[in-house]
Amino acid sequence: MEFGVIVFPGTWSDADCFHAVTDRLGQRARFLWHKDTDVSGIDCLIVPGGFSYGDYLRAGAIARFSPVMRSVERFARNGGLVIGICNGFQILCEAGLLPGALMRNDHLQFRCQWVSLRVETERTSFTSQCRRGDVLSIPISHGEGSYYADDATLDSLEANGQIVFRYCEEDGEVTPASNPNGSRRAIAGIVSAEGNVLGMMPHPERCCEDLMGGEDGLLILRSIVESHHRASSVDSG
Amino acid sequence: MTISQQTLDQLALTSGEYEAIVERLGREPNPLELGLFGSLWSEHCGYQHSKPLLGMFDARSDRLLVAPGSENAGVVDIGGGLAVVMKVESHNHPSAIEPYEGAATGVGGIVRDIFAMGARPIALLNSLRFGPLSDSRSRYLFQGVVAGISGYGNCIGVPDVGGEVYFSPAYSGNPLVNAMCVGILRHQDLRRATAGAPGNLLMLVGADTGRDGIHGASGLASRAFEDERELRPTVQVGNPFMEKSLIEACLEAAESDAVIGIQDLGAAGLTSASVEAAANAGVGIEIDVARVPRRESGMAPYEVMLSESQERMLIVVERGREDEVQAVFDRWDLRSDIIGKTTADGIARILEDGEPRGEVPVRLLSDPPLYRPPSVESPSLAALRAADLSALPLPQSTPAETLLRLLRSPNIASREWIFRQYDHHVQTNTVIAPGADAALLRIRGTSKGLALSTDGNGRLCYLDPYAGGMIAVGEATRNVSCVGATPIALTDCLNFGSPERPEIYHQLENAIAGMAEASRRLRAPVVSGNVSLYNETRGRGIYPTPVVGALGITEDVRAHATPSFDSEGDVVVLLGRRSLEADAADLAGSEYLDLVHGRVEGQPRIDLDLEIAVQSACRALVSSGIAKSAHDCSDGGIAVALAECAIAGGVGATIDAPPCEGAERRWDAALFGEGQSRIVVTVSPPDLAQLRDICESASVAWLRLGEVFGADLVIGNLLTVPVSRLAAAHRSGLPRALGSLE
Repeated sequence: MEFGVIVFPGTWSDADCFHAVTDRLGQRARFLWHKDTDVSGIDCLIVPGGFSYGDYLRAGAIARFSPVMRSVERFARNGGLVIGICNGFQILCEAGLLPGALMRNDHLQFRCQWVSLRVETERTSFTSQCRRGDVLSIPISHGEGSYYADDATLDSLEANGQIVFRYCEEDGEVTPASNPNGSRRAIAGIVSAEGNVLGMMPHPERCCEDLMGGEDGLLILRSIVESHHRASSVDSG
Repeated sequence: MTISQQTLDQLALTSGEYEAIVERLGREPNPLELGLFGSLWSEHCGYQHSKPLLGMFDARSDRLLVAPGSENAGVVDIGGGLAVVMKVESHNHPSAIEPYEGAATGVGGIVRDIFAMGARPIALLNSLRFGPLSDSRSRYLFQGVVAGISGYGNCIGVPDVGGEVYFSPAYSGNPLVNAMCVGILRHQDLRRATAGAPGNLLMLVGADTGRDGIHGASGLASRAFEDERELRPTVQVGNPFMEKSLIEACLEAAESDAVIGIQDLGAAGLTSASVEAAANAGVGIEIDVARVPRRESGMAPYEVMLSESQERMLIVVERGREDEVQAVFDRWDLRSDIIGKTTADGIARILEDGEPRGEVPVRLLSDPPLYRPPSVESPSLAALRAADLSALPLPQSTPAETLLRLLRSPNIASREWIFRQYDHHVQTNTVIAPGADAALLRIRGTSKGLALSTDGNGRLCYLDPYAGGMIAVGEATRNVSCVGATPIALTDCLNFGSPERPEIYHQLENAIAGMAEASRRLRAPVVSGNVSLYNETRGRGIYPTPVVGALGITEDVRAHATPSFDSEGDVVVLLGRRSLEADAADLAGSEYLDLVHGRVEGQPRIDLDLEIAVQSACRALVSSGIAKSAHDCSDGGIAVALAECAIAGGVGATIDAPPCEGAERRWDAALFGEGQSRIVVTVSPPDLAQLRDICESASVAWLRLGEVFGADLVIGNLLTVPVSRLAAAHRSGLPRALGSLE
């Protein structure tokens, strides 16, 4: 399958995502410049981490207006798989493709560290290789990762099974101490109501080989490939 | 002489220098021309006091691809057609005035030095010094500097993988902020800071030019100051987003042979960038300041030439091919303007709308007078060195309490509070993240790894600059050896007080001599560096603080070690000693002596033969896969080193090596003495015989200390402390000192 990795000025996880998808996953990938609009032939779009356009106003606030985002929105509406990581999650929320917003970390500092993530559902295109309750070890690196939505939205996310990852302790227990940024209900990742758009603050592309500290990120990337192949075989069948 | 002393003071020129300018020029310079001289004849750009000493560094090495000091950074061949570009640079004075922007633009500046050479920046490190955290101003500076490094570094996608920080009253008025950047390139992509032949075009790219930072080089960095508040307007403001785009656009543009040379605009802005490029090529330059895009109206030619606005680069482009280069910058939405050209007459000519405003021969600007001032050691030091440390009373506290106090001390406590604010994973090459002896990065597409460390102990250099200089090199290279890499090059930042005072010049001269000797013996040449003098306020200089950045290479990045104790039963071994010594002389300049006794005394020592042998044995143990952990004994001595290994591994150790004579009486020296050239390693019991063989063939003394075991750190009958307590003390040190214990 072919991944499209979007590059805004200020994006810095583009090369890491490209490397993970091609060298570690053995799939094809191509970069899409923020002024590009042609996403034909792409099976999954990655909106990577970074500081798009500097993020001086608010993370993702400018990026949502870029030409490529029109294509991302169309691609998502047509059911295409989209994964927003870190700044990508912020941009997808700003663009209205995911509910809620990412606010400054509650302690007001940037955080780069490994965290434990509890998989809340395996019934998504991004977690089919995991099991509910699995604990993944994944790095975070952000200053504005505190997930916020109002109670009604949070309740509906819970009810619809849209909460995909929660910050937790190594044993899977969700505690105040395991929440690195003050996210409401310890939310680290959610999917859209249709299930084809995932946003997550942690960086799966940074943990795709043991030499870098772990391979749990591959579970998420492989789930995408598996979902794509399943969908393709259903289509052709 | 018709010039006022006030004008000269503003430019940090002496009346003697002014007379030299008039004599060499054959006339009085106009104010613009004088401004050019003031900047380029400053210590910061011209190295007037340090250049005669830097010749002591022996740069002979097959690995060097450019001569040290001739380019923006040093270039080291690492085989396979690849080279590493590295440099460390200070931003002390701006950070003392405005810590966030001072530190942020320090990062921005050093990163530009690296990609100016065509290298992709792959790592940042920083070496910091502040006054004690009990002082509110020091807390403000420290937190501001860390926030500035975090704010800028995280935005540009270059991992911050290491460094060090120390606190001492010696830095209260004058913090040190040294930033190091490392880049990687293919040999054929190397770009020089040259203007090439006459007729090339000068293209200014990136940010617009404003009034920020004027006199940064001549003023801030080349004089000592009484009141820093006056200087706030001379500190620049960074735009890391533009820097990130500049990195990508410049690296893309550098792939074209239409680009002859690249220079970053740092200290003295357009003046030094253009004059240095012209001097390197032996040509002249002509710049029309009216073509320089401004962010403010009404700027005089003088202000345009000396502005230190950030995120700007000067690109020398082959005439007729400017469109293809400009197309790259257009794509990144960056400005690019042709502001002048290179000429054959060797003159630096400044025009405004075609009208001449100043003309000075390039060779005069790039040839400042050099000084070799008197050098006399401060008379009080001999007595401090001769202090009889064996007469020191033992502390009231127990060995266990003393160890916990050291682990909580801001100079030893965990640096996690700092580095968790820095992105150290981006680019996904970080094999060993901050917190170990050295950072380790894999080089993609090869099996190799790069190890990086910075070190520099001001206290030791104060007591004995020659020994302290050797120790700085010894420790930086030892850290690199601890992860399993062979040190192959060094970069240095020399932070000292005013060289015009004989006792400071003595420190500078002797520290360089010590570093040069150790660098030569360890075969790790100094390939680049920076000199920061006049680090003093109200006549009080800082500790002489040479900061050494070491680069190591390992052929197999998978074979590496960290301090972390691994499995119960592993044997703990000390490399470099045959017994646990209890020599009070080892307390010289130690953290224990300063923290517990409030003294900075004694004679620092290092035996370079032992250092070389210990490092080589450690590398052999790590690369052969025998060593399951390795950790340097430095601040806080062997007790702190063992505690750090236990904390990292989450497992205790029982140290039962027979106590040597005097260990009961001088337990402080045995536990906390900072004798050099010692490394703690662990091996599986069956590998002990092989360790013995490796040590014997390297002629390295070694001692079986005990074994990894249980939940406590037990050192003979001296102390027993649960690892959880050690970890809590270590982790809480910095937050507690900052008054923000979580």
